[in-house]
Amino acid sequence: MTVDHVINYIYIVSAALFILSLKWMNSPATARRGVLAGELGMLMAIVGTLLRHEVVNYQWILAAFFVGSAIGIPIAYLMPMTAVPQRTALSHACGALAAALVGTAEYYRETPHGFVMVALVVETLLGFLTFTGSLMAVGKLQEILPTRPIVYRNQNFINLSLFAIAVALGVRLILVPTQSGIFPVFAGLSMLFGVLLILPIGGADMPTVIALLNSYAGLSACAMGFALNNKLLIIAGALDGSSGFILSVIMCRAMNRSFTNVLFGAFGQLQPSQVQAEARSVRSASPEDAASILEAARSVIIVPGYGLAVAQAQHKVRELFDALTRRGIDVKFAIHPVAGRMPGHMNVLLAEADIPYDRLFEMEEINSEFAQCDVALVIGANDVTNPAARDDKSSPIYGMPILEVDKARTVMVIKRSMSPGFAGIDNELYYMDKTLMLFGDAKSFVSEIVKALPAPAARAR
Amino acid sequence: MSTDLELALYVFMLATFLGLEVIRKVSPLLHTPLMSLTNAISAISVVGAIAITGAADATALSRALGFIAVTASVTNIVSGFLITDRMLKMFKRRGPDK
Repeated sequence: MTVDHVINYIYIVSAALFILSLKWMNSPATARRGVLAGELGMLMAIVGTLLRHEVVNYQWILAAFFVGSAIGIPIAYLMPMTAVPQRTALSHACGALAAALVGTAEYYRETPHGFVMVALVVETLLGFLTFTGSLMAVGKLQEILPTRPIVYRNQNFINLSLFAIAVALGVRLILVPTQSGIFPVFAGLSMLFGVLLILPIGGADMPTVIALLNSYAGLSACAMGFALNNKLLIIAGALDGSSGFILSVIMCRAMNRSFTNVLFGAFGQLQPSQVQAEARSVRSASPEDAASILEAARSVIIVPGYGLAVAQAQHKVRELFDALTRRGIDVKFAIHPVAGRMPGHMNVLLAEADIPYDRLFEMEEINSEFAQCDVALVIGANDVTNPAARDDKSSPIYGMPILEVDKARTVMVIKRSMSPGFAGIDNELYYMDKTLMLFGDAKSFVSEIVKALPAPAARAR
Repeated sequence: MSTDLELALYVFMLATFLGLEVIRKVSPLLHTPLMSLTNAISAISVVGAIAITGAADATALSRALGFIAVTASVTNIVSGFLITDRMLKMFKRRGPDK
C-alpha cells in the first residue's frame, strides 16, 4: 500500500516536470533545460511504473528497452535535419501504435465494460488510424509515395462511411464487449481509414497534417489514461494533444484554410483553368548582376522556402549572409509559418547552418519592413510570396497571409524554372518590372553570387 | 467508479487548458523542437505498456503486444529527447562579430 502511495507521488512530480518542460520551451535560452526536465519526468515515470507490484516480470521489458534504445539512438544522431518531418511522422506512428496495442492487449485480457470500454475504443480507434495515417505521411514526405493528392470519385463519401462503420462497430463493442469477433474488424477499419485520410493530402498541407497527427497520438495516450485510470497519462496526453491542436490551427491560419478544407479539400491538384496559354516575359539576371545589386544594397531580406532545403543550400546561404554582413549590409530572414514541411522546420534548417536565430523573423514581425528594404531575395519559396493571395479574389490561394516581398525596391528570385508551386498556380511576382529571375539550382547559384562579390576591402571608406 | 471518472475528466480539462496556454507562448522559432519534445512526452504510454508486459497473468498475446508497445515507446522517448536536444544546440545568438 505504501509503495503505491510513493508511486503516485512520483507520478505527480513527473507530471509537474512535463509541464515545466513545455513551459521552458518558450525561449531558446531555457529550451534545453526544458528537455532535461522532460527526460527527468520520463525517467521518474518509468521507474515508478517498474516499482508497481503488479509488474513482476522484467525480462521482456528490459529486452524492449534495449531494442528501443538501439533503434532510437541512431535515429536521433544520424537523421539529417531535412528529414526531421519524416522522423516526427514516424514517431507519431510509433507512439500511436504503442497506444493501440496496449488497448488491444487490455481488451483481450480484461474484456472491460462500461466507461473503461469507451476509453479503450477511443484509444484503439485513434491509435490505429494515427498509426497508418502517420506511416502514409512518412511515405509522402520521403517521396516513396506521390506527394500530389491522390483522389478518386466519391472519396469523401467513401472515407466518411468507412469511418462511420468503424465508429458503429466501436459503439457495438462498448454495448456488448464480449463480442470479441468484432474487434479485429474494428481495428482493421481504423487502420484503413488512416490510410484513406492521408491519400488526398498534398505536400503543401503536410505541416498541418503532421500537427494534427501529433494531436491524435497525444489524445490516444490520454484515452489510455482514462482506461487505466492513470492521471499522469491523462496529463501528458492532454499536453501533447493541445500542442498538436495549436500547431495545426496556426498552420491552417497561415494558409487561410479550415480543418475540413485541409482534410477533405484535396488542395494542390493542377487546375487546368489556371494554366495560362500566353507566355509572358520575365527579366532574368546572372550571378554577377545579382552580386553587384546585393553589394549596393543597405538592407536585404532573404525569404527561404522548402526549395532551399531540397537544394541543400543552407550552408551557401550562410556564406552569403556572412559576406554581406561583413560589408555592413543588414541581412534578415523572413520565415513564413508554412515554410518547410512541418511547423518551424525552416528555423531549424537555418540554425543548423549557424545562422543566428535573432536574424530570423516571423511573418508578422517583418512584413512592414519590406517596403524599406532594398533587395528581397527569394530562395526556393513560391506560393507564400504570391501577391495574388492578397489582391486577386478569384485566386485559389486568396486570403492566405503572404510575405509582402513585392513591396521591396528590388526583388530577386532564385528558381529552377517557371514551374508553379504546390498550389499549382502562377506567381504574379515573377512578371513585375522590379523582379529579376535568377534561374538555376539554389546551391550553385548562391555560391556563384558569393564568388562574384568583390573583395570587401574595395568598399572601405 | 463515477468519482474516478469525474476526477479524471477534471484532470483532463485542466491539463488541456494548461497545455493550450503554455504552448501558445512557445516561439514559432522552436515549433519543430517543440513537436519532437511533445512526441517524446506522449510516449508516456510506456507506462501502460510496461504494466501489460510485466503483469504476472500476461498471456502470450498480451506479452507480445506489450513488448512491441514498450519497444515503440522507448524508441520515441530516446530518439525524441535526443533529437530535440540536438536541434536546440544549433540555435545560437549572433556571436562576437567576425
